[in-house]
Amino acid sequence: MTEITKIKSDNFTYIELLDCNADDLITLSKDNLLSLNLKEMQAVQDYYKTIRRNPTDVELETIAQTWSEHCKHKTLMGVVEYKDQNGKIEIIDNLLKSTIVEATNKLNKEWCWSVFKDNAGVIEFDKDNGVAFKVETHNHPSALEPYGGAGTGIGGVIRDILGVGLGAKPIFNTDVFCFGEPDEGWDNLPKGVLHPKQIMKGVVEGVRDYGNRMGIPTINGAVVFDEGFTCNPLVYAGTAGIMPKSMVDKAVLAGDYIVAVGGRTGRDGIHGATFSSLALDENTESSAVQIGHPIIEKKILDTLLVARDKGLYRGLTDCGAGGFSSAVGELGEETGVEMSLDKCPLKYQGLKPWEIWVSEAQERMVLAVQPENLLELTKVFKEEDVEVAVLGNFTDTGRLVLKYENDIVCDLDMEFLHGGVPRYKRYAEWPGVLLKTAKYPKIDANKVLLKILNHPNVCSKEWVIRQYDHEVQGSSVIKPIQGKHEGPGDGAVVRPVAESFKGVSVSCGINHEYGKVDPYWMSLANIDEAMRNMICTGGVLERAAFLDNFCWGDPEDKKELAGIVRAAKACHDASLVYGIPFISGKDSLNNTYLDKEGNLLSIPGTLLISSIGVLKDIRKCLTMNLKQSGNLLYLIGETEDELGGSIFNVINNIETTNLPKVDLKTSKKTMDRMNEIIDEELITSIHDCSEGGLAVTLSEMAFAGGMGAEIDISDVNNRLNSYTKLFSESCSRFIVEISTSSKADFEAKFADKQLICLKLGMVNDSKKLLVKDNANICIDVDINDLEKAFKSVKW
Amino acid sequence: MNPSVIILRTAGTNCDQETVQAFKELGCDVDCVHVNKLIAKKVDVLDYQILAIPGGFSYGDDISAGKILANEMKYKLRNSLKEFVASGRLVLGICNGFQVLVKTGLLPGLDGVIDEQQYTTLTLNNSDKFECRWVHLKKVNNTSPFLKYLPEIIKIPSAHAEGKFLTLNDNILKQIEDNKLVAFRYSDENGNEVDYPRNPNGAVNAIAGICNKAGNVLGMMPHPERAFNIWQTPDWTDKKNSSISEFADGYYLFKSAVEYAEQLIKK
Repeated sequence: MTEITKIKSDNFTYIELLDCNADDLITLSKDNLLSLNLKEMQAVQDYYKTIRRNPTDVELETIAQTWSEHCKHKTLMGVVEYKDQNGKIEIIDNLLKSTIVEATNKLNKEWCWSVFKDNAGVIEFDKDNGVAFKVETHNHPSALEPYGGAGTGIGGVIRDILGVGLGAKPIFNTDVFCFGEPDEGWDNLPKGVLHPKQIMKGVVEGVRDYGNRMGIPTINGAVVFDEGFTCNPLVYAGTAGIMPKSMVDKAVLAGDYIVAVGGRTGRDGIHGATFSSLALDENTESSAVQIGHPIIEKKILDTLLVARDKGLYRGLTDCGAGGFSSAVGELGEETGVEMSLDKCPLKYQGLKPWEIWVSEAQERMVLAVQPENLLELTKVFKEEDVEVAVLGNFTDTGRLVLKYENDIVCDLDMEFLHGGVPRYKRYAEWPGVLLKTAKYPKIDANKVLLKILNHPNVCSKEWVIRQYDHEVQGSSVIKPIQGKHEGPGDGAVVRPVAESFKGVSVSCGINHEYGKVDPYWMSLANIDEAMRNMICTGGVLERAAFLDNFCWGDPEDKKELAGIVRAAKACHDASLVYGIPFISGKDSLNNTYLDKEGNLLSIPGTLLISSIGVLKDIRKCLTMNLKQSGNLLYLIGETEDELGGSIFNVINNIETTNLPKVDLKTSKKTMDRMNEIIDEELITSIHDCSEGGLAVTLSEMAFAGGMGAEIDISDVNNRLNSYTKLFSESCSRFIVEISTSSKADFEAKFADKQLICLKLGMVNDSKKLLVKDNANICIDVDINDLEKAFKSVKW
Repeated sequence: MNPSVIILRTAGTNCDQETVQAFKELGCDVDCVHVNKLIAKKVDVLDYQILAIPGGFSYGDDISAGKILANEMKYKLRNSLKEFVASGRLVLGICNGFQVLVKTGLLPGLDGVIDEQQYTTLTLNNSDKFECRWVHLKKVNNTSPFLKYLPEIIKIPSAHAEGKFLTLNDNILKQIEDNKLVAFRYSDENGNEVDYPRNPNGAVNAIAGICNKAGNVLGMMPHPERAFNIWQTPDWTDKKNSSISEFADGYYLFKSAVEYAEQLIKK
């Protein structure tokens, strides 16, 4: 066993731990931004008691990074005692494993090649290639330094894809942002908090400048506004990639070189992993935010795939949160590591060894390289000016040994480092939902419709979409903007292999409003939406997979944690019924802000569901704009009295609890039926009903295609009044356009009466959307006015 | 023998693969080569009939779009490029490639093969930001070998932040117009004059692409390689029931170039 013998050195300091009492331990954790609680600090202390010395600064930092919520997901993987609204207590041992992962395991799809273990989930594309998909969050950095935080967010998730297995080639990006209200008054902002518009501008530009330079089409996304995101915006960035089947698994053997390629190490992003577990407050500094350089990452992409195809390395991961400490630590977990920190190329001199080790400087990848390949590998990278540094070796000692010059600055037992973290036990309590109804004012549906189309959460995001290159790689088949008049597409499809007509669809579902009432129903609605969006582009259930991204507030708040539990249970339930596995995910907790009065403000709990699907023939894909005068319009799915959490309620300033409640079995049946109909090419266009219900769906289809329609909603659930029919956000519903020649075949698909399929009316040349409910005309509006309302929001 | 095409790439190039694909589908032998290899003389550009400089952000577009790669070409590859162009072989610059060509002086080529100074530039869009949208272009030159089979009006995507074509002064603009060096102008679907957003960047005289006097060097901001087949176009789902060609407008530019290159080989 190697030993740290020196008492004193410039290269490290011992931190007094052995003699600390409980208070000292807490202070130590706080002062050094370790984000470890007392129990964890005591576990560290116990370890050092057994080896009878104090930790070095490098060691303590290593433990803090490795044990951070960001890296270890201690809440979702810990023990949760969950009390439901009836007082029934359930002990959940590892929430993630017992819900989402369990469903995936039960489904046991042979086309899922890698789930929940690598940087991204991988599913089969064809017999030779897989598709990897990952969505990450970069919330805290984006709150402090929106441009840099968001840019490195997308940069980071792209590296996840570069670092999955032995590396995948990125094929698309997807971005979802949640910001505070764009018209928030400056005086309402807590000190130190940037205005939502500043954050939005910075985030959009940061993602733009990084994503575009990487040459990856950004084809999907969403932007959501709510005052709950003012202090803690959410930035979700996702990337998918394609990789040969033979490259899905990686290995590390003792004796392999530890090789770093790409960017140099600087002092940026130090403590990013641990800082993400803390509440933001007015004093939070932005030095934890990383600095991005997309061209370095592009050079890595170009060269790494060459080295991969030549078989020049056998293990690979990216430097993300925790920097080398996580990347090298994870790769060497099963073997051991001996590495010299002084061999790391630096941006500038003066970094302390522990800073080198935990720096989250961007654009760095770590490879495990067979000794005989080192020369050739170095050549591949150097030919295109990518820096390569050999930092050390993987060993068979089971120890993490770090050197700097002649000193050993860290010598830790891998087993302790990766397995020694005490598990959290946390308490969740769900109070239930107190029924809330409301009396609605007299509704002028025309006016409300235009108001909804003009609402930031519904209106055109063309301003953002166009700043992202959604055409690069020449592969986007179904694009985010559809129809001559630029309507909002439901999802997107790429064709990653030019020689094949196979496609990859992507879509998402997100609605935080429902979560304010009950995260269980929110989650089902989000999953239903992601799936609807996928089906609208031509995606199929049988080869679809989900990603989950939980963004929540304070996990020590029992109700907040109960929300997470309920959301996870919903994922489990839906996954099993739909037969769609989750393949990867990420949680970002502690999206909180400590205000001056000492109140800890949590964001509205938000679950982003992203779906990816492999489809057989892109020529069967569809768009949402109306195509042809004389075609027929149908509504599929039941409309219920479900205005709770709707944009209609938001506009009318009304809160009710009648959320859309997905009936999973009916939903599954509907989606399957839609798949069949699309496969048989019976429909011309399709759009799902989501925010704003039936009325908004029809409006968007009409103006996007530059066509009018005459609609009769009398037979849409006749227990409902007109505005509920129009604006209820019941799930599992689609509006489809079919040509008269397909009418018989189409209607035959619903002859079994198991599902509701209702003829609504006809497309026409009138440039008017006319909607009647029995004798009343409830909507009569020019499609140009609809388009104007949708597009006239100025950011 | 198939025409050979060299796709020149460097750090930040990102439209190389779709450009490779376009030429490959037309039966060319295509090599995608890093500029370092040309500079190190491991590859000779004169072994090819077509040189294409694809889109992207070469070296991050630091200093200005395409400038660093342009300088490498101008100062390190000058002689072979000069010979390449003088011999009548084809040079195509798309987007960042166009920016590179105007900054090397290969376009507009008023002084000969390589201009003594930079006469034109592509600068920040009037909208001040990167924008991606499909645009219509009107073909206004009938002599460049790149344009032979192109329809009069084409629809292809543009995606750039620095695409506003400007000239050093009015005299240069006049020379470019008088010599019929304008290859494409932004237009509507009927070829009429347009404002933003159909002219996506505010280019003078709505210029979207220019060629040299011989017509064998062409630079254009929009991307023909992204409009090679109909499934790349934004409105193919509107036309499902009509009988349409599998090829989109960009295809005809590559077809014209490749056919010309075949003739070069025969000569």
